[in-house]
Amino acid sequence: MLSSEEIKEIEHEVAQVPHRKAACIEALKIVQKHRGWVSDSSLNAVADYMEMSTAELDSIATFYNLIFRKPVGRHVILLCDSISCWVMGYEKVYDAFKNHLGIHFGETTPDGRFTLLPNVCLGTCDHAPALMIDEDTYRDVKEEQLEGILEKYK
Amino acid sequence: MERPLTKNIHIDRPPLNLKEYEMTGGYKSVRNALKNMSPEEVRSLIQESNLKGRGGAGFNTGMKWSFVPKGPDAPATKYLIANADEMEPGTFKDRLLLEGNPHQLIEGMIVSSYAIQATTAYIFLRWAYKEAALRIRQAIHEAYEAGYLGKNILGTELNLEMHLHTGAGRYICGEETALLNSLEGKRASPRAKPPFPQVSGLFGKPTIVNNVETLCNIPHIVNHGADWFRSLSYSEDGGTKLYGVSGRVKKPGIWELPMGITMRQLVEEYAGGMQKGYNFRGALPGGASTDFLTEQHLDIKMDFKTVSAAGSRLGTGTMIVLDDHTCPVGFVHNLQHFFAQESCGWCTPCREGLPWVERILLSIEKGEGRLEDLDLLSFHTTYLGPGSTFCALAPGAMEPLQSALKYFREDFERHIHDKKCPYNGNHIH
Repeated sequence: MLSSEEIKEIEHEVAQVPHRKAACIEALKIVQKHRGWVSDSSLNAVADYMEMSTAELDSIATFYNLIFRKPVGRHVILLCDSISCWVMGYEKVYDAFKNHLGIHFGETTPDGRFTLLPNVCLGTCDHAPALMIDEDTYRDVKEEQLEGILEKYK
Repeated sequence: MERPLTKNIHIDRPPLNLKEYEMTGGYKSVRNALKNMSPEEVRSLIQESNLKGRGGAGFNTGMKWSFVPKGPDAPATKYLIANADEMEPGTFKDRLLLEGNPHQLIEGMIVSSYAIQATTAYIFLRWAYKEAALRIRQAIHEAYEAGYLGKNILGTELNLEMHLHTGAGRYICGEETALLNSLEGKRASPRAKPPFPQVSGLFGKPTIVNNVETLCNIPHIVNHGADWFRSLSYSEDGGTKLYGVSGRVKKPGIWELPMGITMRQLVEEYAGGMQKGYNFRGALPGGASTDFLTEQHLDIKMDFKTVSAAGSRLGTGTMIVLDDHTCPVGFVHNLQHFFAQESCGWCTPCREGLPWVERILLSIEKGEGRLEDLDLLSFHTTYLGPGSTFCALAPGAMEPLQSALKYFREDFERHIHDKKCPYNGNHIH
């Protein structure tokens, strides 16, 4: 079941496109915003609401890397692993995350606080290495800053 | 030196609101175009200015617009799309325009929509550009309030609706036909061409997809003319260009400069040269999918024609520098990891070939390579090259590989001969 708030937001997106189905990625993003991720039951609810088959919607949901079909932590860390950040040593930042949080790419801390994911170029290459936590971008990241940065996310 | 695109961008403060933007001459081109020019006059002015697409392909923008069907028999619904899905590794130029002056983009889109008679415009923005999304939403809202968007713009017959669409990830969305599929709520697989989007694009209607930087140039060309625009450039491609440099240089950054500035000026003057203890070995001149250029090319002009003649592409104009402490094999492995991961999976050569290339490079980097692997890599650069795949992703991926095999062959051979990475292989993940 979709909440009335989710339905209201989805309808706003549907109004911007000529075919209902065209708003399905937006619908998935809306549900993910409210629920953290898109579970099978969430997927079914969105598919019904968008008048699509579950299989068709799942083929779309699983295509896009920022639609989460598995549970994620309360905060998602996206660490850029593309070329400029590689040259500038993102691996040191990754090592620091591994030491500090005890998780590798694709994993979530046991307390459900953080999920760590690699991400393609974040478009801030003159300030590499870069990462995002939820909606915030961090630039020129040094290993020793991580603890302080992570403190902001409970 | 004139900097039309960035003169009103100050990174240390919020972008100009609509009133402030108007005080700098903002939205003047909408008045100029709608009141004094026909759509065809706008289009031919842009073609004459020799504005070439800033997304990387370098096609004449006015020419691209000319393929949109016109006249009473043409479909009434047409679309204009700003490609703001900047995801080419090493590229960070459109972010500056999107965050720094969203009204400039909206103004360019209104005039461009008029030229092609589009009725709806979308900005396809990548997910990660959160700050840009907030600022664009606010700017679109202000433009509606002021009557620059909506029905009967400035009392004319032009109607234009504009929407911001934010993505859900995947590099391939930047490919213009994949972008259309994504905007239609589908998997972002590229489409067969023809038909070209100009004739049958979004929802089957005539559609123009232009890069953000391309669209931001339009108001200035309309206000100041084609001759002025061409005079900004040091080369035959018109205008200024946003150039960027990243890697181990002293001052990585982004600058609006005359089109055709040399690579040396960019690296040594603007980026301040290499960091202490590091030497320049080469660079990808315009993003991850361009061929390496090396020291012998430092004095070439960074324009579409000259960079092509040197064996690479200007691409996005944002350069990634390879230094002498960084392993070229590891560098190319990182790129191929990216391309293999970002293949949409639609066509077999790309879906299957790129992971093989990635694995071969990894084995060489780990000291497990054989000399025959270099032939195997060369084989892939041919069979994943232009004409063998559905879109330009795999051919783009092969550009840095084929040029690395050419310019840094001794590095590949040393890995194989020594059975280890001479740079300590500290970059494998």
